[in-house]
Amino acid sequence: MRIALFITCFNDTMFPRTGRAVTELLERLGHTVEFPQGQTCCGQMHFNTGYRPETLPMVRRFAEVFAGYDAVVAPSGSCAGMVRDHHRVVAAQYGDAALAEAVEQVVPTVYELSELLVDVLGVTDVGAYFPHRVTYHPTCHSLRMLRVGDRPLRLLRAVKGIDLVELPDAESCCGFGGTFALKNADVSNAMLADKMRHVQDTRAEILSAGDNSCLTHIGGGLSRLRTGVGTMHLAEILAATEGDMR
Amino acid sequence: MSGADNVVWLGTPAFPEAARSALADTRLRTNLRRATGTIRDKRLAVAAELEDWEELRETAATIKSHTLRHLDHHLLRLEKAVTAAGGVVHWAADAAEANRIVTYLVQQTGEDEVVKVKSMATQEIGLNEALADAGIRAYETDLAELIVQLGGDRPSHILVPAIHRGRSEIREIFRREMGEWGRPAPENLTDEPRDLAEAARLHLREKFLRAKVAVSGANFAAADTGTIAVVESEGNGRMCLTLPETLITVMGIEKVLPSFADLDVFLQLLPRSSTGERMNPYTSLWTGVTEGDGPQNFHLVLLDNGRTATLSDEVGRQALACIRCSACLNVCPVYERTGGHAYGSVYPGPIGAVLTPQLVGIENAASLPFASTLCGACYDACPVKINIPEVLVHLRAEAVEAKRRGRLLPTTEGLAMKAAGAVLGSPRRLAAVQRLAAVGARLVARDGRIGALPGPFAVWSGTRDTPVPARESLRAWWRRTRTPTSEDARTAAEGKARR
Ligand code: SF4
Repeated sequence: MRIALFITCFNDTMFPRTGRAVTELLERLGHTVEFPQGQTCCGQMHFNTGYRPETLPMVRRFAEVFAGYDAVVAPSGSCAGMVRDHHRVVAAQYGDAALAEAVEQVVPTVYELSELLVDVLGVTDVGAYFPHRVTYHPTCHSLRMLRVGDRPLRLLRAVKGIDLVELPDAESCCGFGGTFALKNADVSNAMLADKMRHVQDTRAEILSAGDNSCLTHIGGGLSRLRTGVGTMHLAEILAATEGDMR
Repeated sequence: MSGADNVVWLGTPAFPEAARSALADTRLRTNLRRATGTIRDKRLAVAAELEDWEELRETAATIKSHTLRHLDHHLLRLEKAVTAAGGVVHWAADAAEANRIVTYLVQQTGEDEVVKVKSMATQEIGLNEALADAGIRAYETDLAELIVQLGGDRPSHILVPAIHRGRSEIREIFRREMGEWGRPAPENLTDEPRDLAEAARLHLREKFLRAKVAVSGANFAAADTGTIAVVESEGNGRMCLTLPETLITVMGIEKVLPSFADLDVFLQLLPRSSTGERMNPYTSLWTGVTEGDGPQNFHLVLLDNGRTATLSDEVGRQALACIRCSACLNVCPVYERTGGHAYGSVYPGPIGAVLTPQLVGIENAASLPFASTLCGACYDACPVKINIPEVLVHLRAEAVEAKRRGRLLPTTEGLAMKAAGAVLGSPRRLAAVQRLAAVGARLVARDGRIGALPGPFAVWSGTRDTPVPARESLRAWWRRTRTPTSEDARTAAEGKARR
């Protein structure tokens, strides 16, 4: 399969290792991964903060850059959700019929990583090895926008050597919410505190999720408190093999 | 505040500030966590009992959106049916008009007190205050509403307005205030729920038996029969709806249902979603006036107060489907921590964040659509499937537009968003910024982490470390290690052409 990697602007800048992990993983499973250099951002921050006109060019660019692939994969539930749920809203709002058509074409090919693996490629055991105690936070947009369900957990359960522990109150939001963390910093902190307490209760070494933005939020708090709990994107765990225990 | 519109409380700070003080109140947070947690679990359990729960939600959403689309038609049908059954229908464009009508109707009876069934519509229009201005005392009879009224407090939840109060606080309020309003609380009142309820029962009984006029809201109104429905738990509503001679019901125009049969759907959804019960203890239905049975004068006041304006917004109008079950409040992680007062409106929580700005105009409640992480828990819980996150981001766009219209210079945020838009609009500019960020961040980082950030980001870095941007972005890594594809050649060519 010819799969385009939509890394997302945040991962591209902050967590390229997640992108390398997705690439390694998919190539290991026998697929061709391409990285269209014209890609930038899904427009989520602008859209969710109320800046619609600024979102439009990003929607347009996405539809152009990612046209024509068998599948487009994003290692981010919220960015995949933005494309799937909101790109057509933006196209419709500005009455651009050609763009609306292009969006309709590209949207059905866009998947979050766990969806691509389980639904499209039909694998749950990706041959990974990760001998650590891990807990998983099912980020809100993966859970409630994309409805990825237990796909990430099925993938993690199949990882050799992993000690996967359930996160208490897993489905409650970590308090990030993009610009929410800045606009409503106090509420965000209160939510973060509860999430960190639950993470620490699991005694996990690693907190994993399908979205690095939420992980940066929770991980930033865990780091500040010197908890020693690390964070790792789902893709990085799935890419790890017996050969490369770093 | 004569007839003041209570949709937003004047003088309340914007949500972030109000939330900050609420968060500092540890007793409030304990009360809220306990209360919302309990209702949340009960709701999930009883919803799971119904195999057709999802179909019920779908049906309810369809009935509501259909009704809203033909609201004028159904309201006229309702008026006809109520009138035919011996009731009198009044139309109120706004809070002031509704208050005038109700005050006049009470004055016509010659009475100077009324008993009230808990009602959001009368809260919304500030009816009690308007009546007080006319020398009429309104007694709230719902237990939680009574606690709020006696405490000189404001409601913080649409179903349990005193959810922010613990039982020892309630005991204090009863002991201090009941005597001022009627029968005092017993000397030896404890904070046992049973004792508190008994004190309220004795206090209220006096009022029920004396009252000649009652004021209620309505949960539903069937347009075909003219039947009004009130759903409650304590029986105080039943008392008010049957004992007095005159009954005045104030109802938002969006509460109408096309037919009596539609109650089948909503009476399954409402109790399960609101209190987590299969069926609520009391459902009162009445159709106009029945000779020799119940109130002999019935008035229905149909309230607009911003609803038709809301109806004209294609995305926002779904908020009018709300049946005020409060499930969205109970599952909301923001509400759970701030409580209702921080929203500065009679409609708090997720539904308040989408309804209030529409009823009063976005510029009067601009912080509310941002009082959410967009986690989506409310949408999942809502029995009528209101896509609250969708309406929130829609209203955020309106808030930003309203700000843009109102000023010559862009806001700091507006400038930042514009700059970010320019960077994200071009892979070339994005790559340049990535290189800069990687270098710049290393200058301020320690052990690969950034401790303090400047400006608006200081609130973030107060409690969170920030990782340093990677030395090599993915796009740079790819360019260095992989051969370019034909698409990339095209992009590069276009990029050159655009410059
Ligand atoms: S928006 Fe939905 S969940 Fe919230 S109170 Fe209204 S009906 Fe209930």
